[in-house]
This record gives sequence, structure tokens and C-alpha cells, in this order.
Amino acid sequence: MFPWLTALIAWPLVGAALVGLSALGLSRTGPASAGVGLARPIALLFSLVEVGLLVGAFIAFDTGAAAEHQLAETYRWIPQIGTSYAVGVDGVGLLLVALSVVLVPLVLLAAWTEQGRDEVRLRRFVGLVLLLQAFMVAVFCARDVFLFYVLFEAMLIPAYFLIGGFGQGAGRRKAAVKFLMFSLGGGLIMLAAVVSLYFLGIAAGIDRSQVFLVDELAAVDLGTTAERLMFVGFFIAFAIKAPMVPVHSWLPDVAGNATPGTSTLLICVLDKVGTFGMLTLCLPLFPEASRWAAPLVIALAVISVLYGAIMAIMQTDLLRLVGWTSVSHFGFIILGIFTFTPLGTAGSSFMMLNHGLATGALFLVAGFLVSRHPEKSQKIADYSGLRSVTPVLAGTFLVAGLATLSLPGLATFVSEIMVLVGAFGGSPAGSAGWAVAAVPGVVLAAVYVLLTYQKIFTGAPAAGLEALPDLRLRERVVAAPLVVGLLVLGLVPGLALTYVDAPAEQSVALTSVDEPADDAAQTGSDN
Amino acid sequence: MFEAPEIDWLALAPLIVVLGAGVVGVLVEAFVPARARRMTQIVLTLAALAGGFAFIAVLWPQIVVQPVQVVGGSVTLTPFALGAQGIIAVLAFLGVLVVADRTATGQDAFAPTASAVPGTSYEDLARRSGLEQTEIYPLLLFAAGGMMLFASTDDLIVMFIALEVLSLPLYVLCATARRRRLLSQEAAAKYFLLGAFASALFIFGVALIYGFAGSVRFFGDPSRPGVGVLPAIQSGAAQGEGMSVLLVAGVLLVVVGLLFKVGAVPFHAWTPDVYTGAPTPITGFMAACTKVAAVAALVQVLYRVAIGVQTVDPEIMRQLQMVIVVVAVLTMAVGTIVGSVQTDVKRLLAYSSIAHAGFLLVGVAGFNSQVQASTLFYLLAYGIATIGAFGVVTLVRERRVTPGSGEHNGPVGDDGVVLGEATEIAQWAGLGRKAPWLTAAFALFLLSMAGIPLTAGFIAKFGAFTGAASGGLWWLAVLGVLASVVAVAFYLRLLVVMVFQRAQDDPAEPLVKLAETTPGAAPGEAEVSTSGDVSTGATAGAGATATLTTVQVTTAQRIEVTVVRSRGPAAVAIAVCAVATVILGVFPSPVLALVEQASKFVP
Repeated sequence: MFPWLTALIAWPLVGAALVGLSALGLSRTGPASAGVGLARPIALLFSLVEVGLLVGAFIAFDTGAAAEHQLAETYRWIPQIGTSYAVGVDGVGLLLVALSVVLVPLVLLAAWTEQGRDEVRLRRFVGLVLLLQAFMVAVFCARDVFLFYVLFEAMLIPAYFLIGGFGQGAGRRKAAVKFLMFSLGGGLIMLAAVVSLYFLGIAAGIDRSQVFLVDELAAVDLGTTAERLMFVGFFIAFAIKAPMVPVHSWLPDVAGNATPGTSTLLICVLDKVGTFGMLTLCLPLFPEASRWAAPLVIALAVISVLYGAIMAIMQTDLLRLVGWTSVSHFGFIILGIFTFTPLGTAGSSFMMLNHGLATGALFLVAGFLVSRHPEKSQKIADYSGLRSVTPVLAGTFLVAGLATLSLPGLATFVSEIMVLVGAFGGSPAGSAGWAVAAVPGVVLAAVYVLLTYQKIFTGAPAAGLEALPDLRLRERVVAAPLVVGLLVLGLVPGLALTYVDAPAEQSVALTSVDEPADDAAQTGSDN
Repeated sequence: MFEAPEIDWLALAPLIVVLGAGVVGVLVEAFVPARARRMTQIVLTLAALAGGFAFIAVLWPQIVVQPVQVVGGSVTLTPFALGAQGIIAVLAFLGVLVVADRTATGQDAFAPTASAVPGTSYEDLARRSGLEQTEIYPLLLFAAGGMMLFASTDDLIVMFIALEVLSLPLYVLCATARRRRLLSQEAAAKYFLLGAFASALFIFGVALIYGFAGSVRFFGDPSRPGVGVLPAIQSGAAQGEGMSVLLVAGVLLVVVGLLFKVGAVPFHAWTPDVYTGAPTPITGFMAACTKVAAVAALVQVLYRVAIGVQTVDPEIMRQLQMVIVVVAVLTMAVGTIVGSVQTDVKRLLAYSSIAHAGFLLVGVAGFNSQVQASTLFYLLAYGIATIGAFGVVTLVRERRVTPGSGEHNGPVGDDGVVLGEATEIAQWAGLGRKAPWLTAAFALFLLSMAGIPLTAGFIAKFGAFTGAASGGLWWLAVLGVLASVVAVAFYLRLLVVMVFQRAQDDPAEPLVKLAETTPGAAPGEAEVSTSGDVSTGATAGAGATATLTTVQVTTAQRIEVTVVRSRGPAAVAIAVCAVATVILGVFPSPVLALVEQASKFVP
């Protein structure tokens, strides 16, 4: 069988090495600065071939067994530490891999002119983007806790350089450091839990040379206290990454200072590692502790939903606003995961994909808008009346915005309803009440989206903005797949739900060990 | 009656090669003509270290199966000791490469004659006549040989001798810097005084242990069964009146002597000053190799004592562990917290080295047999990153530029005079643009020291923390993790400056730092500082302004930061270190398998 996942991981690495390393050798002042400018086309080519590989992986994936981790490969990596190179995806993992693969060419296209014409700078930029992509794809495939941790940390490095080195805002270095310190702090707490898992796994009799395999560890009963401690270790790392109130504060800074393309990759894909980790590591490895913590997690998730939305309404900076909406949406995703109902969990999985498309579209279109302003202002107040000046831009922004507020007919609506209905019937105590409390989040979303649209696009054009160009062909090519994706998945959600339903049912079965049906499910998953 | 002892010469070969080559090096000083001397010494030194390593490789399979005691136990070659010897040989080789590099400036980092009093005419004369201090190479070999012996003996007296053999050359080497010679000599004096103090404590501890056991060997001489520290402990001598006090005090004093060499708090005070004052290549050599030798010796002493006491008197064992734990916590705390406010690159790396001593001790404190393997790996990973990092520091220099003298016309060497190293962190701003490869390598070393995954440092730290956890010290592992977060912050600070900040002398930025030779140059200075783009017209204008407005004309001189080209050896060393850092981070299995074989130090 062709190793699709390894190919998906290795291909961008090759591209990054090719484009990025060659940039190091070039002197900034040398003649190469004015060179032929192949960096962007080569990177785009790599990312498009990657999409081709993705199609292959989708064809090879058996949707009938979406709950199983397919396309799996396992090789010994560092047997002395007990870690393996183990990759495999279930339906959810595959959709997130797809998200990271599809967004990269769009981001590269969107950023085509944004980094200037300096070839050295461009090579570094696209090299970092491809490197980040390789790590993101790999982290969604990892079936070994240690491998997951390594990638979880390693992908911070390209992200850090992308924010700090290529951002637009004056505070980009601070934002980059804040991002890195938050993430590394969370990651190191997780490291303590990973070290513990090592010993508990060995104590439970797993072969020392592959003690970190998720499938092996999931079968181990860790003991209540240890399990809860380790759950906390993992969860804090994931909550920071997700980001969830109260450890979200790095996100608006990053969103306001990074380029829209970086923000798209970071918030729409990389942050999904947080919620993905909760779903695929916390629940199977620590089922009892997940149920134990669920009431608190749900409460924090709903607070995130409302707080994120309220903060978004109060923003004056367009990109920060989009950042805050994500805090709100991640709240919904986490809420769905911890309701332990098939509907809620499937809704969350679906929403991870939809949020990527909708928020990605919003970030990129907002980026197009900002790039048109003579002073590249991100202040909402600096814009008005652009509907008549740039109608296509306004329309795209509106569709992306409506997807963000979950308008019926768009994919986000389906997933949000699934999460809310799932939460209403959720098993943790009080989850119905919290579901009701989260509903105003939907209304608040309408407020921040429509108010922003109204301020920017309606009324008379502001002085100096009367002659802004509308979306160029390149920009339309970027926006079109996202908008089409949101519409298609909104009308035919079954396309994506076939991938997430079965994994959702299985993870719910894992977390409700009290019922007799589950033993069968659990042994089934181990085989 | 004297009986010729049976000597396993092969087991001694690594030591003999390195120390013997040191002796030959001294003869080279006497008999080889001056112009060939330097090259001869370099080749001899590198060949000796490579030869030593080759013997270690040959010995390895044999020692792994059966550790040997040579010369009646004076040299006890266990896999752990041999592993430490191998690491020292490799790191010393890389360190010597950095030492040997004269860079594009044509000067190495050492004073023409270190014995000349700074500022005298004799010093000037020596410089002008092109003298060179090639004695540094034999001194390096003696130090390396001492370290290898230090790490591989069971006899405390031999260990003391090795301590002196490795320390004395280092004291001398510290004083040989070409630039900032007073600072260098002060560092050497400080190192010598504190080192002598530590040696005294060590030897006093040895005396107490002798008083307790009637022997200075842990396992004793194979030909005289029953005599030795461990047999004495196990025979119940510690239960005797006042005897356990002798043992505990003796071990503690010996441990203090070793902790001094490790650079652990509260015996770390020399580290920042010595690391800053010593010639940078020597600092790299010292920071990497001495740490390996000292930690290896410390681990052997501690664990051998532990083997003895943990069955007989668990209370002593617990106290001993507590001491190490406290020192580890203090060392991590001081290293990371004080390190994060440093403004000098060399000082920052010095505190980083202190912090790493702390992380190493976290693993050691676990008193678990697997710790030996992870400690060796940690030492290798740390040593490689350290030598590489100091190697980079040697290449980042200050350059005095006189505006109007064609400052931007060509590579270094054609124009302004290249001065000493630019070690202020602020001066490293914009290094990423001037020297991308060098910056990338340095960033890699920093990431490795910070313990970011996919670098060697991560695997090393993982081993140290699992070591502590396996010994039941969960909270210590958690503290180690927290200290890592702080450490990351301080490595990151340097990284941010290098990669993200623009250089002060970047043509696109207004100039900030100016040095003037005379007060009269002030107007010229002001003019230069505002000329944003460096065109010949602007600089000529600057000169003209100065000429017009002042009587006593000398043009303003500016200190620029420049990266000098390596003549080869240092670049090779840095490249090897960078590649090794990545390989040990991504595919550490083969090396981990090797060091796991080394987790044995009982003969």
C-alpha cells in the first residue's frame, strides 16, 4: 500500500528544504535579491501537488470504517524512549489533514504580493509556511503520544517566526513571544504528563519499546488520581492552544499583528490541534477523568462562547475582531466534545472543519480589505461605504461573515445546531442549562458580524477610499473554494458527516464505560 | 620485594595517547622552528584526540562485556567511564578546531605572549614581531587528558591528581586572551583561587574518607579483598561511634569539590566571570569538556557511595539525595532567573551552563541506574550545543570604521580594523541578515539548550526528567519543567534580538552607537548619524562638515558589528555541532543504544 500519510508529511518538508534552505545562503544585498522570483511559484506547486496527494488519501480511505485509524504506518523511532513513528487517521483526522492541505495554497496565493518583492524574504516566508504545513499534517496523523508531543511543540517554531518575522503589526514581536511562551508553557506541563504516562504504561506491562502508542495506552487503567492529574496536564496544553478562556489572551494579539495568512494557518488549522487533542487523546486515554472534569470544562466553554462574542463586539481592530470570534467558536467546539453525545461530538468534529473554512475566509478577505487601504489600517472606523466601491469584496465578506454567524444554509449552521442539540441532551450534570446559556452566543455573533459589515460597507464611501479596486482574479480564486465549500457542506452536510459520525459514536462509547455496550466497543477499537 | 604489576596497556591507551601527545607538544615547542610550530601543534593535538577516540572505540566492545581495573584500580574502566572519555575526546576535538581558527583577521584569540604585562612596550613588541603562543595546544591536551582520567578512576587520590591535571592548564589558558587582557587575567586569578579552595575541600574530604575506611578506593584493590570504602561501609564500620560522621562529612566535602567543577549553586560564583574573561574558544572547551568530566566523576562518586549505604544505612542515603536535590533546585533557579537578566552573550551562556548543571543534577538526584545513560546523552547534547554556540561567538566581531575610508567597499580585512568580539546582546541585533547560516546554527544551539523537540536538547531533558521521576522525585521533575519554561524565555530573548531586530548599523536605520576618537569630531558624528542611506556622497559630506566646523580634525569612528569569516576549522566545528544537534534530536536511537550499554559503573 502506498504510504499516503507519510507522503503528505514528507512532501511539504521537501519543499520547505528546497525553498527555505536556499534562502539562507543568499546574501541580502547580493544580486539574488532581484532574482527571478521562483520562490512563490515553486511553493504553490508543492502545495498543489500536496492537494493531489490528499485526493489519493481520500480515495484510499474507507468511509465505511471511518472510526478506525486507517492508512496506518508504524515504525520504531526511538525504542529506548518507547516512541514510534505511528501515523493513521480516522475520519476526523482526515478532515483536519484536508483542512491543512487545502488552506496552504490559498494562503500562499493570498499572500502573493504581501511580503514585497525581496526574494530572500519570500523564500524564507514560503519555506516556513511549507514547514508549518508538514508539522500540522503530521500532528493530525500522529498515533503515538510522544510523536504528537514532539510535533505539538516543534510546529511552534515556524509559527513563531511567521508571526514575529513577517507580521504586519508593530507589536508582532511581542505577540510572537507571547504566543510562544503560552504554548511552550502549556506544552511543558503536558510534557510532565507525557513522562508520567511513560512510567504508568511500563508499569501496566506495555512493551517498553512502544509504550507511547495511543492504542496501547488507551487500554491501560491508570488509576483515578493519576488519570485526573494527567488529564489536567494534557488539557491545559490543549486549552491554551484551542484557545479557551482564561488562557486565550495570546490569540487576539497574534490575530492583530500577524499577517492574515499566518492567522489563517494558525487559528484555523494549528489551533485545532487543541480541540483535536481533547477529542483523540484526552477522551480515549483518560475517559474517567474527562467525565470528572466535564462540568467545569463545559462551564468554561460556554464562558468562552459568550466572552469571546462580547469582546468581539467591542473591538475596533478588524483582525483582532476575527480573532475574538474564534475564541467564541472554539468554545462551541469544546462544548460539543464534552457533552459526550454522538450528536454533539460529531457536531464539534464537523465544526472544526467549518470554522477553518469560515474563519479562514473571513481572515483572508479582511486581509484583502486591509491591503487596499492606503495606510493599511486595520481600524474598522477607517472604512465606510465600500459596498458601492468594491461590491465583490463586500459580497465575499458578507458570505464569510454569515458563515461565521451560522446562517442556515451554510455549513456552520449545521454543526452549531448539532453541538447545541447535543449539549442539550448531554450526559454531564447541568449540560442542558449550559447549552441554553450558550444560545445567546449565536445572537451575539449576528451582532458582531452585521455591525461590522454595516460599518465597513454601508453608507457613503470614506474620503480616500472612493477608488479602491475590487477583488482581483487572484483574490477571487482564493475566496471561491472557501465560499463554495461552505455552501456545499451547508446543503449536503452528509459529505462530511460520513467521516465524523462513526468516530463520534466511538469516542462517546469510550467515555461512558458504565454501560455494558461499551466493553465491546472498547475491545473492538483495540483490535 | 617488588613485583611488576600486570598492566593492561590497551585499557590505558586513550589516556596515554592524549597525555603523551601533550608531552610531545612541549618538545615541539622546544625543537620545531617557529613558523612550522603552530601547524605541527594543531595537527598533533587533533591527531592525539582522534587517536584517543579510536582506542576508546576499540576498547568499547570489550569493556561493555567486562569492565576492568587497571594498575590496581587506579584507573577503573567501566562502560560509563569509557563513554565519558569518548564524549570528552569528541568535544575536545571540536573545541580545538574552534581554538585553531585564526579567522579572516589572521589572528587567533590568544595573546602573542601571555606573560607580557598588559599595556607595556614588551607587549607591543611581541605583537609587532608576530609572536604566537602555541603552548596552548599542549595545555589543551593536558587538560583533556586530565578530564579523561578524572572521569575514569575509582581512587580518590588519583581523582585529585586528575583534578589538578585538568585544572592547572585551564587556569593558564584562561589568562591568555588577546583582547581585554586584564579581564582575562582577573578571570584566571579568580578561577585559580576558588579552584584551589575547592581542591582543598576535596582533598580534606578524601582524608576524612580515608580516616573512615582506611582506603581511598571505593571498590578497593582486587588483590587486597576487604579493603576499600564500600567494603568498610558494608562491614558495618558506619555503625561505629562517630564513624558515620566521618563518612558523611568526607563524602560531602568531596561532593562539594566536584560540584564546584560542575558549576552548581552555591559553588557557581566563578562561572560567569571566568566564562566571560577567558578567550572564547577556551570558554567553549572548558564549558563543555570540564562539565562532562566533573559530572561523570560526581555521578560515579555519588552512586558508588549510594551502592554502599542504601542497604546498610538508608538514612545517610536519604540525606545525600536531599543535598543533591536542594543543589539541583537552587542551581536551576539561579541559572535561569539570573540568566534572564544578562546583557552579555558570554555571560548569558555562562548562566545557561549553570542552569544545565541544574537539569543534569535533577536526573542524577533520581539515583536510578538508567540515569547514567541519560546523563551521558545529556552531556553530549549540551557539550555539542555549547561548543557550537561559543564557536559562533568567536566570529561575531566589532569593527572600527572610519567614515569616508571606503567602509562599504569590500569584505572584512580590506577596510576597518576588526576588534574583539561583540558580546553585548544588543550588538547582535540584525545578525540574521548579516550572516543567515551562522544565525541559523546559533538559533539551533539555543533551541537545543532550551529543549525544543527535534533537537538533541529535548531528548536529553526528557531523559533527565524521566530519571528524576523514576527515582520517585516527581515534584523535582515538575520543578525542572517549570525552570525549563523560564530558560526558554531567556534563550528566546537572544533569538528575538538576532532574528527580528534590525541592526543598529543597518543602513536603513539611523545609527545609534558611535565611538569618537576626539571631542572635536562631534559634528561629524551628528552628520553621519543622520545619513540614512550610506552613499559615498553622504559620508563625504560628513567628512566635509567636520573639516569645516572644527579645527582639530579627526573623523568620527564608528563601531560596527561584523561577522568575520572562519578560515575553516571553526566553521567545520560549528557545522558538525549543528548537524549533530539535529541528528541527535531526530534520530537519537543509535547513540541512545550506545549510552544504554554504558549504564554500568561497577567493575
